[in-house]
Amino acid sequence: MAERQLMTGNEAMAEAAIRAGCRTYFGYPITPQNEILEYMATHLPKVGGAFLQAESEVAAINMCYGAAAAGVRTMTSSSSPGVSLKMEGISYLAGADLPCVILNVARGGPGLGNIAPAQGDYFQATKGGGHGDYRLIVLGPSTVQEAAELAALAFDLSDQYRVPTMLLADGMLGQMMEPVSLPEPRAGADRPAKPWALTGAKGRNPNYVASFALEPTVLRDLNLKRHARYKEIEAREVRWEEVATEDAEILVVAYGTMGRIAKTVVRQARNQGVKAGLLRPITLWPFPYAPIRALAERVTAVLTVELSAGQMWEDVRLAVEGRTPTPFYGEMGGVVPTPSEILEEVLRHV
Amino acid sequence: MSSTGTMTKVFARPKSLTDKQFTYCPGCDHGLITRILAGAIDKLGVQERTVFVAPVGCAVFAYEWFRCDGVQASHGRAAAVATGIKRANPDLIVISYQGDGDLAAIGTAETIHAANRGEPITVIFVNNQIYGMTGGQMAPTTLAGQRATSCPEGRDVRTMGHPLPVAEMIATLGAPAYVTRQSLHDPKHIVQATKAVEKALRYQVEGTGYSLVEILATCPTGWKMSPTAAHKHVADVVMGAFPVGDLIDRG
Ligand SMILES: Cc1ncc(C[n+]2csc(CCOP(=O)(O)OP(=O)(O)O)c2C)c(N)n1
Repeated sequence: MAERQLMTGNEAMAEAAIRAGCRTYFGYPITPQNEILEYMATHLPKVGGAFLQAESEVAAINMCYGAAAAGVRTMTSSSSPGVSLKMEGISYLAGADLPCVILNVARGGPGLGNIAPAQGDYFQATKGGGHGDYRLIVLGPSTVQEAAELAALAFDLSDQYRVPTMLLADGMLGQMMEPVSLPEPRAGADRPAKPWALTGAKGRNPNYVASFALEPTVLRDLNLKRHARYKEIEAREVRWEEVATEDAEILVVAYGTMGRIAKTVVRQARNQGVKAGLLRPITLWPFPYAPIRALAERVTAVLTVELSAGQMWEDVRLAVEGRTPTPFYGEMGGVVPTPSEILEEVLRHV
Repeated sequence: MSSTGTMTKVFARPKSLTDKQFTYCPGCDHGLITRILAGAIDKLGVQERTVFVAPVGCAVFAYEWFRCDGVQASHGRAAAVATGIKRANPDLIVISYQGDGDLAAIGTAETIHAANRGEPITVIFVNNQIYGMTGGQMAPTTLAGQRATSCPEGRDVRTMGHPLPVAEMIATLGAPAYVTRQSLHDPKHIVQATKAVEKALRYQVEGTGYSLVEILATCPTGWKMSPTAAHKHVADVVMGAFPVGDLIDRG
């Protein structure tokens, strides 16, 4: 790890992407993630990469589709309304088995909403958003340090599984400044080869990148193959953090910005003699169902706290399957609850 | 064939085409355009570094017909996909092939902005004045008064707009290197169109810049005409609304 520097989440994700070998970036301005676009405009050309401010989010994601098809590491970033526009392209990326990293520095919605932090894009990120039977790998960072690390990891996972990968951050994480040790720049030697990439059919048969399969059984079989890969990801790539869960009597589940606030809450609860623990999903897909299920056997309640009407809550309840009560505490519209508000909620359920 | 029995080959399948059969309707000009494009790729010797961007629409399988790397773009986004490929690897020769629905309706923004940036790509724009693949609905290029399944009484320009003059619109921009409109209704025009496609591709190979070849094409099925009547209709009517010729040549 290199020297620590003070950076915003947006800058850290952008720099980590460049260090991970991202060489094409296409984006369109939207608050609160403009610093990513601006960082790429300044720094990507210096390493021989291509930056382009597209005419829309629709164009940007399709430029990524082209660059990914050409075999080059590529990224786009946006915030909620812009990510909605990218959904067509994301479905096509998934259908063509192309790697691509998408940063969503989410804000309050629906519609134009506002530019404050929110987690209302969880359904869209983890359950679809675009059309068809596909999955994204979705990572939910909770600190600037983790945002940088997960940005780098996103490129590796996306290449390895040929699945588009989204970092689901929010406006708070994008804008906040923290000390960060950036991952070292890595050469490309350790990356999976891309024999399928469009590099010109010199000395080999042509490569085709398409999501089109007119014959139903052919399309079904392609989807089955893709879903076998999803199963592999579910088996190997589930990531989460546990805080004080060994003897916990109440479990809090929270991710991203809410996850870091919940960490404070758990500490405060313990100071008051309440045995609270936290499980913070890092991969939102694949979701940590098994560890939540295991902890649900031992606690008196699993409290989900979230900056949404209860989107991740549905996955938590799927994990718990009625083993124990699953209360929910959420805020919306960009309102972020204070630790004491959440603590009160924790105390209510012990 | 001469009386001595020596034969000269004057017509052959372009090397850049695979053996796959086209899925176009009989008499449709898409087949001819596909062949002309493959011939141009052969002539310039760029088959091994060409990436073909196929659209949705009647040419949806086109990436399988070229002995080149190919990618399939979603409806209208070919210019953005082509931009991504070219920016990622400027050594590649990138050709987007698009119908009028694709390029001039859903993909208008991508089309205009790729042209305005002067992306060094070659755009083949097949203007058959109709949505062929989806069964003959109105296109942005459908002529005034022309019937289509979604304008059964004919296109009323007061409520449906005028036929979109794509080549003229692109020609107002500062960046494009070559913008031309061509037709295929007789041998003379086929020769001219062939030369235009070759030039458009050559400009990309030489690094001159963005080029767009709009080609007036027939859709005998959608127009409900015989192939011969369709070509006569192009000469008699379509060329009146869409005059052929070069609009920009900055080579
Ligand atoms: C987003 C989206 N909308 C609609 C369609 C359906 N669709 C397929 S082809 C087509 C029209 C194509 O017309 P054109 O581009 O003129 O090409 P042609 O079929 O005439 O060759 C449409 C509307 C689609 N595939 N995707």
